[in-house]
Amino acid sequence: MAYLTDRKRALGMGSAKSGTAHFWAMKVSSVALLILIPLFVFTFGAALGGTYEEVLAYYAKPFPAIIAALTLTVGFKHFNDGVQVLIEDYVHGLAQKIAIILMTCLSYGAAAVGLFAIARIAL
Amino acid sequence: MADVNRGNRPLSPHLTIYRPQLTSMSSILTRITGNAMLVAALLIVWWFLAAATSPEAFATANGFITSWFGDLVMFFSLLGLWYHTLAGIRHLIWDNGYGLDIPTAEKMGWAALVGSVVLTIITALII
Repeated sequence: MAYLTDRKRALGMGSAKSGTAHFWAMKVSSVALLILIPLFVFTFGAALGGTYEEVLAYYAKPFPAIIAALTLTVGFKHFNDGVQVLIEDYVHGLAQKIAIILMTCLSYGAAAVGLFAIARIAL
Repeated sequence: MADVNRGNRPLSPHLTIYRPQLTSMSSILTRITGNAMLVAALLIVWWFLAAATSPEAFATANGFITSWFGDLVMFFSLLGLWYHTLAGIRHLIWDNGYGLDIPTAEKMGWAALVGSVVLTIITALII
């Protein structure tokens, strides 16, 4: 260690890696969700509580189906980016990597299941 | 040259030192609500998958979500969703360099807290 220069020791340790891209991705998805969330809350809220036939008929319409599909896609991406920061703050080392991988698989998996289900109802 | 003090530096005060403040509490609440919404999101995905599967599967998922427990989860998730949304708007404003002084930040904190309750009541009345 004593042979390393100060510059060499500091190189690559800062925050200037993919942090900017991560910040920007959060910002874009948050603005998208600002539009999607009110639309989803009121369309999903209208469908929830209906019978099986009513729900299928409601989500066979393009508008509620597209809103639900976009909300799940953007929402789970936003969640995945957010939960990664949460994990990075409180979990370290190997456990951190495992937690991030698991939450990423869960996020993309849940979004895929949701998209498949909506497509099957809508089409 | 490289043998600098590497472990014995003074640390800035952290959570255990500061008394709780509106700005720190509203920030933590943003994180809690954002991550807690995973539960509601997974319930909604289950509900869609069940609707796409069969009437029996739908009856199970729909029965759970519309039960008193499911209602409770969805109601608090709605409150969390509106709070996270309003707190998110605050972050988008901050990101542009506005409202970073303490009086404005605290006003926006109260606006998010009160606004989320108001929006939740309005949403619950409409739905």
